Amino acid sequence: MNLVSASAPAIETRGLRKEFGQKVAVSDLSLTVQQGEIFGFLGPNGAGKTTSIKMFLGLVTPTSGEGFMLGAPLGDYRARARVGFLPEHFRFHDWLTATEFLTLHADLYGMPRAVTRARIPELLERVGLAAHARNKLRTFSKGMLQRIGLAQALINDPALLFLDEPTSGLDPGGRLLVRDIIREQRERGTAVFLNSHLLSEVEITCDRVAFVRHGEVLQVGAVEEMVEGEFPVQVRARNLPQSALVGLEQWATIVHANGEQFTLSVGREADLPVINRYLVEQGAEVYAFHPQHLTLEERFLQVIGTEAGL
Amino acid sequence: MNPVWTIARLTFREAIRRRVVAAALVMGILFLLIYALGFSLIQKEVSTSAELSGGVLELREMRNFLLLAGLYVVNFLTVMMTVLTSVDTLSGEVATGTIHSLLAKPVRRWEVVVGKWLGFAGMLTLYLLLMAGGVMATVYVLSGFIAANALQGLSMMWLNILLLLSVSLWGGTRFSTLTNGVLVFGLYGIAFVAGWIEQIGSIFNNQAAINIGIVSSLLLPSEALWKGAAAAMESALVRASGFSPFSSSPTATPSPLMIGYAVLYTAFMLWLAVRYFQARDV
Repeated sequence: MNLVSASAPAIETRGLRKEFGQKVAVSDLSLTVQQGEIFGFLGPNGAGKTTSIKMFLGLVTPTSGEGFMLGAPLGDYRARARVGFLPEHFRFHDWLTATEFLTLHADLYGMPRAVTRARIPELLERVGLAAHARNKLRTFSKGMLQRIGLAQALINDPALLFLDEPTSGLDPGGRLLVRDIIREQRERGTAVFLNSHLLSEVEITCDRVAFVRHGEVLQVGAVEEMVEGEFPVQVRARNLPQSALVGLEQWATIVHANGEQFTLSVGREADLPVINRYLVEQGAEVYAFHPQHLTLEERFLQVIGTEAGL
Repeated sequence: MNPVWTIARLTFREAIRRRVVAAALVMGILFLLIYALGFSLIQKEVSTSAELSGGVLELREMRNFLLLAGLYVVNFLTVMMTVLTSVDTLSGEVATGTIHSLLAKPVRRWEVVVGKWLGFAGMLTLYLLLMAGGVMATVYVLSGFIAANALQGLSMMWLNILLLLSVSLWGGTRFSTLTNGVLVFGLYGIAFVAGWIEQIGSIFNNQAAINIGIVSSLLLPSEALWKGAAAAMESALVRASGFSPFSSSPTATPSPLMIGYAVLYTAFMLWLAVRYFQARDV
């Protein structure tokens, strides 16, 4: 049975809330993740990121609110046939070999053994564990376990992939692998829901991001939108006439000027080449022109506040 | 492949490869060796005196008594094995997070509980067959004696395993591993001692003591099942005497109703385990 509707969003929730006794883990989560989109879910520790994923997967029952995953109501086990999940603290049956472990998870997905047999070597190769197919997971390093966990999440060719802090515990090579795999999923049309506190990772890989705090989405948008806004440009130029400095104000405000060095605040990226050309035309010798974009991290701290440390 | 079967196979494989099972096997074999040695020594003694007095009955009674003594220990060991191996399977996997990757699959909660139940039931059935079968085979090889209603007795010992397995799985959906273990063994202890109170009470026709036994058997019918197994396999003479540490007196023998209750109890606890596990946030 295929419940997954081609048009339904990968995830859609309205006012999802989860209380554990007195503690509110997620207060009011409303978001939509489209199919095929790489979605970053960012927030400080304790923001309810993992609890949110657990609600999507039916591991935790919401206290109130509603949601759908691939068109099926949350908790419907059938929708999970097309979902992959790499938990944050991945613990498993470490007495199994890599191949046995992946066979078990393929069985749980109800995959035919013939398909599984062909898929496993392919996946082990992909995550760089081909040489360890017959080794027990007990002998694996933390990074290798993360890789086999990733393989487990991909075995059913999911339409929606949840990665909860996938790069924690990985060396740079492993992080690159995760990034490449996310890109491959994008090409395949798989939606990826990425929980992370490594903002640079998210900035590189995600289409859209949501900033969450106390289980509430504070801001959501495309990565480029998030980092938009006024940004400083540091300039070092000689022989710049005073009149030119005034002329600059049609595109920017001059924040600070000290001899040949000055700092502009620019609103639009498209103005950068115009400003640059203007300076040269005015006879200035430009030694340096450094636009300083706001990183996702700086934006994140602006929105979330610094008191909730990462 | 059916998820229940996948989980059952995983549980069975995990259970038999654990060190606790290896230890149980080694101790079990040691137990059977000592049992065989003891049996042949005692048989030799009794044979000599039986030859002198010309009593065949004496030999038969001795064999029956020793068989039940062996099975009594086996019953106790299987109860221990049942609780010790299954007590942490749900609570432990929830605590470590192992359960997350299982339940994120297109698998229903009841399939996980029932799969685990079947996996443990398989392993424990093998253990019971090995141990109880070992005792029965030892007695048969050394003396040619076979207990009356051996199969009926074995089935009640088997039911006892399934009963405690259901209780321990249910406890695992609610409590931490340690609390669950204390709870199940505690219940077992109450049923055990109350079974004795009932048996001794029945000798003196003390109704209050008998009632304590019945009520405790309703709380956990595990000792009642052993009494039922013993009543099936003991000799008429011992049964009439009404008192043996490894058997059951006529008045303390559980009624068919109690056996039926134990079957229902087992099914109910498994159902309850499923219900609780379905509602649980993991």
